[in-house]
Amino acid sequence: MSSLDSQPVDSQSPNLQTPSSHKGLEALLAGLSGVDQVGAEARAAALGTRSIKKESKMWAIDTAISMVDLTTLEGADTPGKVAAMCSKALHPDPTDPSTPSVAAVCVYGDLVPAAREVVGDRIHVAAVATAFPSGRASLGVKLLDTREAVAAGADEIDMVIDRGAFLAGNFGKVFEEIVAIKEACGDAHLKVILETGELKTLDNVRKASWLAMKAGADFIKTSTGKVAPAATLPVTLVMLEAVRDYYTQTNVRIGVKAAGGIKTSKDAIKYLVVVNETVGDAWLTPDLFRFGASTLLNDLLQQRQKMLSGHYSGPDYVTID
Amino acid sequence: MTFQYAPAPESTAIVNINSSNDLFINGEFTPGHGNPFKTINPATEEVLAEIAHANEEDVNAAVMAARKAYDKTWSKMSGRDRGKYLFRIARLIQERSRELAVLETLDNGKPIRESRDVDIPIAAAHFFYHAGWADKLEFAGYGDNPRPLGVVAQVIPWNFPLLMLAWKIAPALATGNTVVLKPAETTSLTALLFAEICQQADLPPGVVNIITGAGETGRMLVEHPDVNKVAFTGSTAVGQAIQRQIAGTHKRLTLELGGKAANIVFDDAPIDQAVEGIVNGIFFNQGHVCCAGSRLLLQESIAEQTIDSLKRRLVTLRLGDPLDKNTDIGAINSREQLDRIIDLTKSGEDEGAQRWSPDCVIPQKGFWFAPTVFTNVTQAHRIAREEIFGPVLSVLTFRTPDEAIEKANNTPYGLSAGIWTEKGSRILAMANKVRAGVVWANTFNRFDPTSPFGGYKESGFGREGGVQGLGAYLTSEETS
Repeated sequence: MSSLDSQPVDSQSPNLQTPSSHKGLEALLAGLSGVDQVGAEARAAALGTRSIKKESKMWAIDTAISMVDLTTLEGADTPGKVAAMCSKALHPDPTDPSTPSVAAVCVYGDLVPAAREVVGDRIHVAAVATAFPSGRASLGVKLLDTREAVAAGADEIDMVIDRGAFLAGNFGKVFEEIVAIKEACGDAHLKVILETGELKTLDNVRKASWLAMKAGADFIKTSTGKVAPAATLPVTLVMLEAVRDYYTQTNVRIGVKAAGGIKTSKDAIKYLVVVNETVGDAWLTPDLFRFGASTLLNDLLQQRQKMLSGHYSGPDYVTID
Repeated sequence: MTFQYAPAPESTAIVNINSSNDLFINGEFTPGHGNPFKTINPATEEVLAEIAHANEEDVNAAVMAARKAYDKTWSKMSGRDRGKYLFRIARLIQERSRELAVLETLDNGKPIRESRDVDIPIAAAHFFYHAGWADKLEFAGYGDNPRPLGVVAQVIPWNFPLLMLAWKIAPALATGNTVVLKPAETTSLTALLFAEICQQADLPPGVVNIITGAGETGRMLVEHPDVNKVAFTGSTAVGQAIQRQIAGTHKRLTLELGGKAANIVFDDAPIDQAVEGIVNGIFFNQGHVCCAGSRLLLQESIAEQTIDSLKRRLVTLRLGDPLDKNTDIGAINSREQLDRIIDLTKSGEDEGAQRWSPDCVIPQKGFWFAPTVFTNVTQAHRIAREEIFGPVLSVLTFRTPDEAIEKANNTPYGLSAGIWTEKGSRILAMANKVRAGVVWANTFNRFDPTSPFGGYKESGFGREGGVQGLGAYLTSEETS
């Protein structure tokens, strides 16, 4: 173990001792326009008042279901629990086969085989890696964590950034880590968790978003779900603005995942409105927008049943997992 | 498939519009003696109701009722008791807020989102705020025994009908004055519903009188010899006429007139929020806002990028049925106003400015104008000098803070300004140099009853709201 801490175990891991090589990155981050928190919150709140009814609500609910990364990240997770969640992910509403599958299941790395066994290649399997949720481990450990998850069958990796390094102003370190993990991912998609609840300011959210995109993130993700507040509408708005500006500059579309704290269909629809009116409907696909959630799915299913039947069912008419 | 928002119209069932409407004098609805006129829904051009037209006889009756109420009850009532009535009115506005919002949107054409989230809540807030002052006036800084003025004549515009009524009536009543108010000809309905609320609140008869009619009614009201104070919000031309009419009389006057506000964006501004502020500054309420940020001053180094961002944002604005909860841009209030906007925008093109509007479907009926941005505008263009009072933005550029100040101040108006920069010291320095009554920093078009509002130069004088606003309705001298 000590060898992991004291020296790079990976010959390909970048040298973290050359801060001078990050001048360009630092200049880019310093040059970003600021975010006025009051204004950003007001904009998110105003978009939250959009009234989505009838066929547009039905469309939004189905789209939201198809964007869910159905998640269990507990110490008590077992192969049995994960298998149950995976069958729900494939057929969220057993009473209605027209219900779309969710986008992916999201589990700890050691449970990837259990998940893959159930879902096959019908939906994605995402693994949290890199010493999730704190990220407090050496790069070697994080790389190993990532490689093992990919080897076990994960095609999406949800990594956490080193918030300590970010807050200390060591952007180069955060950048290098993302670059290294991206390389370790191989073909797997990389979602970079900013843990915005620890970054605190919207200026930091914008900086971290750009840093992650520049380092090769396929998705930027708000939160681990282990820190409050998790996803919020203003934070997601600022991340979407960053994604939009990055696309304007590079023509590359980066995805956004809002994770944690989104519990109701009404909330989910607000996020879709923010996506629609910030980056446009090209992003309204599971390839570019995801919800990291567990309880949200059942609320979406109950709303869907209500839209179709005209009356509310109840918690016993959707499955617990 | 794309994310279309299905129509989400607010129901009009909540509001009952009388087909013909009387004047409200001495606590009673009484027929007018002039020729009634019709009020229409500007989004459909359908007639909503017939409105009484107050002639000289009616104006006399209203002022007489206000005088009697002033002498017999209102000026003698304790501040605490006046406050109770104001609190009651504030609560009734909240209770009937949906009704008021729907009626405002029907009569004015503004989106329900704005009448519901801005006009009506702030109107209620003005009554709550001033209710609190009613028994504390001796601590407001106007001497230890500030006295009301008497009968106040108030004439208000059509852009925020109920909100302007609240800005006028709440401070007048809190300070012990009685009121005769004339709403704008095209937007009388919420004022008449407010009269109903006064009845519901058991407000003593004559304390609030509402007389409807056109400009002539307003002229007779402000010229009435038994009026002690005139408060007017509206166009600079009418404000100047009023000032001439009452010159040489004892009447006190406050005027809140036009504007041509500069919204100044520096290169270190929070750009995404600045773009929202630009949109909110000029496209809020179809630009029918006296303090609208109608002149955008962009620092040259970020001009192109900001205009691109602004255009991208404007494409998402939703123009259409004002009752739809997702509508951002409603109808222009009247054909007359629409014609004025068309005329001024045409002059913009003729004088060489570059015109741009997002694609949007303009409804067949009603009065509509697409959000419009003019670039390459110079100080010499009419669209940079005259108040358009419509959804039309003129974009100018500047190089240095000094140039921004010069351009911002180079207007006969001086109502409001906006400053966008992340540098706090620059905000303070600019705010000191901009000659405008209201300066917003990193926001625009924010209103609060605790904050005084009013202009410099041709934008008028006097303040409304805040402790400063009370001064317009108080005197330290003994009054008759």
